[in-house]
Amino acid sequence: MTYFPEEVVEHIVDFLGSHGDRNAVSTVCKAWYQVDRLSRRSVFVGNCYAIRPERVVTRFPEMKSLTVKGKPHFADFNLVPYDWGGFAQPWIEAAARGCPGLEELRLKRMVITDDDLELLSCSFPNFKSLVLVSCEGFSTDGLAEIATYCRGLRELDLQENEVEDHGHQWLSCFPDSCTSLVSLNFACLKGEVNASALERLVARCPNLRSLKLNHSIPVESLNKILARAPHLVDLGTGSFTIDNRSETYHRLINSFFRCKSLRSLSGFWDASPFCLQAVYPICANLTVLNLSYAPAIQSADLTKLVGFCFKLQKLWVLDCIGDKGLVVVASTCKELQELRVFPSDVYGAGITAVTEEGLVAISSGCPKLNSLLYFCYQMTNAALTTVAKNCPHFTRFRLCILEPEKPDPVTNQPLDEGFGAIVRSCKNLRRLSVSGLLTDQVFLYIGMYAERLEMLSIAFAGDSDKGMVYVLNGCKNLRKLEIRDCPFGDAALLKDVAKYETMRSLWMSSCDVTLGGCKSLAAKMPRLNVEIINENDGTSESKENLSDQHKLVLCQQFTSVSNDIMFTSNDPDVCRRVRL
Amino acid sequence: MEDLDNLKATELTLGLPGTSDAPEKPATVSSRVNRRTNEECCTFARNRSEDTAAPAAKARAVGWPPVRSSRMNSCRARKMETEDNSGIYVKVSMDGAPYLRKVDLRIYNGYKELRNALDDMFRCFSLGGVEAHIGESDNAITYEDRDGDWMLVGDVPWEMFISSCKRLRIMKGSEARGQ
Repeated sequence: MTYFPEEVVEHIVDFLGSHGDRNAVSTVCKAWYQVDRLSRRSVFVGNCYAIRPERVVTRFPEMKSLTVKGKPHFADFNLVPYDWGGFAQPWIEAAARGCPGLEELRLKRMVITDDDLELLSCSFPNFKSLVLVSCEGFSTDGLAEIATYCRGLRELDLQENEVEDHGHQWLSCFPDSCTSLVSLNFACLKGEVNASALERLVARCPNLRSLKLNHSIPVESLNKILARAPHLVDLGTGSFTIDNRSETYHRLINSFFRCKSLRSLSGFWDASPFCLQAVYPICANLTVLNLSYAPAIQSADLTKLVGFCFKLQKLWVLDCIGDKGLVVVASTCKELQELRVFPSDVYGAGITAVTEEGLVAISSGCPKLNSLLYFCYQMTNAALTTVAKNCPHFTRFRLCILEPEKPDPVTNQPLDEGFGAIVRSCKNLRRLSVSGLLTDQVFLYIGMYAERLEMLSIAFAGDSDKGMVYVLNGCKNLRKLEIRDCPFGDAALLKDVAKYETMRSLWMSSCDVTLGGCKSLAAKMPRLNVEIINENDGTSESKENLSDQHKLVLCQQFTSVSNDIMFTSNDPDVCRRVRL
Repeated sequence: MEDLDNLKATELTLGLPGTSDAPEKPATVSSRVNRRTNEECCTFARNRSEDTAAPAAKARAVGWPPVRSSRMNSCRARKMETEDNSGIYVKVSMDGAPYLRKVDLRIYNGYKELRNALDDMFRCFSLGGVEAHIGESDNAITYEDRDGDWMLVGDVPWEMFISSCKRLRIMKGSEARGQ
């Protein structure tokens, strides 16, 4: 037996980037488990109920960075009741007790309160980075705590959170001695922010590289900020409405012109078309452009802007760019890797802003495309087959046809063959969302070909239990499966229960699964966390549903001693979760 | 799967005794069409072109399309800027009450607030001394939409509801149940 000193193992293990690899190392033998646990700096918890916080903190005492994810993905679309859970408190408390050296906390879809933020700000003297994505439960008062007490804070990144507005003072809480900020993102805040305090803060932080403003910051402030921070790499504008004849506008053009390092632009909340011209000077340098929150900008102006962005790698737009606009993107943005096209008129009468033609154009013009999110009103099998042939490198492919169960409009057939072509061609596909009219056949294809698939989202698709079984049998790397409004029932759920131990989570809502089926699953797999959520919103309808048909089912992998989620309430308006 | 039947025979459920394992879904569920058998589904697929009402209902299911509320609000905000922002006042009637009320739908954030407001307004009209909270099984809140149809409140997203609601009517239990 070769003797391998621990220091050597540690040195080698340090090179391992991914959590999966490090987890694998820790299972080799006790010695390697110890090496990994004492040297692991960055810990990732994909599901906050899969393991207790104390356990994580005890196992990784040298942890510097902690990432925790809470609610299931469908919480983004209001399918998870407000009070479901995903509380940050136990994590922060455990870390405060066991890992005072923590420097970075990243939370996604969790509930974090002002008290939690206060505790956070006082417990970790070396704290450097707070990233909150799609979280809720806190207000600007909590932000004030972070600003006040986190000396040496480098990053405060708030992405798409629900933050209660208790005033603009929080930004002024950054002390004069705070000069360390590298990244500040408060774009999601709905209220006023003190613009002059912001200008002073920017002026004293020479390392600031990423700054994303909310809509309350006027253009005059933006001018001053850009003058103080010409080294910005990533900018989210504030309010972007100006009279294009005004001096402010001319100063803005000059400001942008001086920002030679600017590579990423977003914001543009209320931007009107002519204001975009101020940005033309830097378009040639841009690699990331997010115009998805600028509904006032229509196709012609979008197209003109994008026409200058030939280094673009990531583009997020609204569908008002139109197929014609996408053709321009295809001919200009040869470096494009990620495209997201969002719907601008969700309740509209089906205005065909983008169709399959736009997607085909992109696929033929942008050979490096690997990530797609595309909302459209129609799609054809022929188009999908062409896209699959043109772009075999997709790792993420999410197509959302806005009308559920819509067939190929040309042939009136389901879209099974089109998606089949995608999974056959894209061997590295890790994430897939399907839509339109789909039978069990598409799931047969997915099971057969999507070997690397890790996350699959299904809605209004399939004919029978076979569909779900094809997927569970076939996709050996599947980690997250979320299903809504499909005719999959107990037989599918129970066909291969051992599969769930290899997955992070399963979500099923408005399917044909029954309470009995879920109980059966829980009985067969006692190490799984099987939850039923009953949403009782007081209408007589849901009371009838309550007894036999459960609207939502969630299975989570369960890797340690039983956790202590609290359930139920006698208040009928509170969501009722039953752990089986 | 064999032991499943035995398990079912002895398990405790929340259902009433005698209810089957695979009950019919209530007809008013708008979030998906009931698709139980292959046969039905094939029929469904073939008849798609004739069935224009169902897709529209599905298109407005909860959480569909899968777009975050912050995005929906952004587009909606833009629309509303160009629209008249004054209140949406609709009449509210309750069967048996001597007079109607008017509510401004814009001041509520969602169905729960509306229900509470209606409860406050109409509680004094409960008949027979029985306290009947608005929205519980004893009565149903309905609204008249732009097509003139009487719809049950709560099926569609809130914003869609307030843009299509012309008037509200609180129906008494027996009539709400179609008796």
